[in-house]
Amino acid sequence: MADETLDASGLNCPLPILKTKKALSKMDAGKILDVISTDAGSVKDIEAFCNQTGNKLISTAEEGGKYIFTIEKA
Amino acid sequence: MANTDNNKMTIIATKGTFDWAFPPFIIASTGVAMDKEVTIFFTFYGLNLLLKDTSKLRVSPIGNPAMPMKMPFGPKWLQKIDFGPKLPNLFWQIPGTEWMATFLMKKTMAKHGVAKMEELRAMCQEFDVKFIACEMTVELFGYDKSDFVDGVEFAGAAKYFDEAASGDHHLYM
Repeated sequence: MADETLDASGLNCPLPILKTKKALSKMDAGKILDVISTDAGSVKDIEAFCNQTGNKLISTAEEGGKYIFTIEKA
Repeated sequence: MANTDNNKMTIIATKGTFDWAFPPFIIASTGVAMDKEVTIFFTFYGLNLLLKDTSKLRVSPIGNPAMPMKMPFGPKWLQKIDFGPKLPNLFWQIPGTEWMATFLMKKTMAKHGVAKMEELRAMCQEFDVKFIACEMTVELFGYDKSDFVDGVEFAGAAKYFDEAASGDHHLYM
């Protein structure tokens, strides 16, 4: 179960990344953030973001045109 | 992850039209979000991007032959038509057409959930992107330092090199 949820639906690049960064910066290490996005580009972008920042991308799911990313804050 | 010197990025922003305001702020804000330390050096027309009053930023279809020109509203068949190659340059010399093209681009962006330029700029500042305005061109174009948003540093080309010396990622836009 996620500790925080960020709904970035309707937002386009780079806003889902910027909002994810902001949300994570307010959280403690080890906490879980769910990000919901409708931007198809965010699939590769969230993965790249996690690669570069050391946060852990636990899972990516798609559900009815929405992408749900579960990230563990490093 | 901590910012280290080799994690630094610089951008030289030289263009001051509405469309070209986006790439520097998109790349810079994403860069800082990904733990890079980012500096943007604004020079010549790029200074426009730092103005408090951004109302003069326009997109010009003249001399911009690659720009797609599609309607952001109306029936589907109409939205599919690319007017870019169909309208002669002469058309864009009619007063008001540049304003119209800018208006339509803003509408299209809003429809696609693209951030406003001012929003991206504010996010860059919130994430501590360093903004440096080229002092020589500020004077050359007769700007007053108070014309620019707060937090801008004024310096010359040597300052750019000082910023770029420790980084490994430098873009000219």
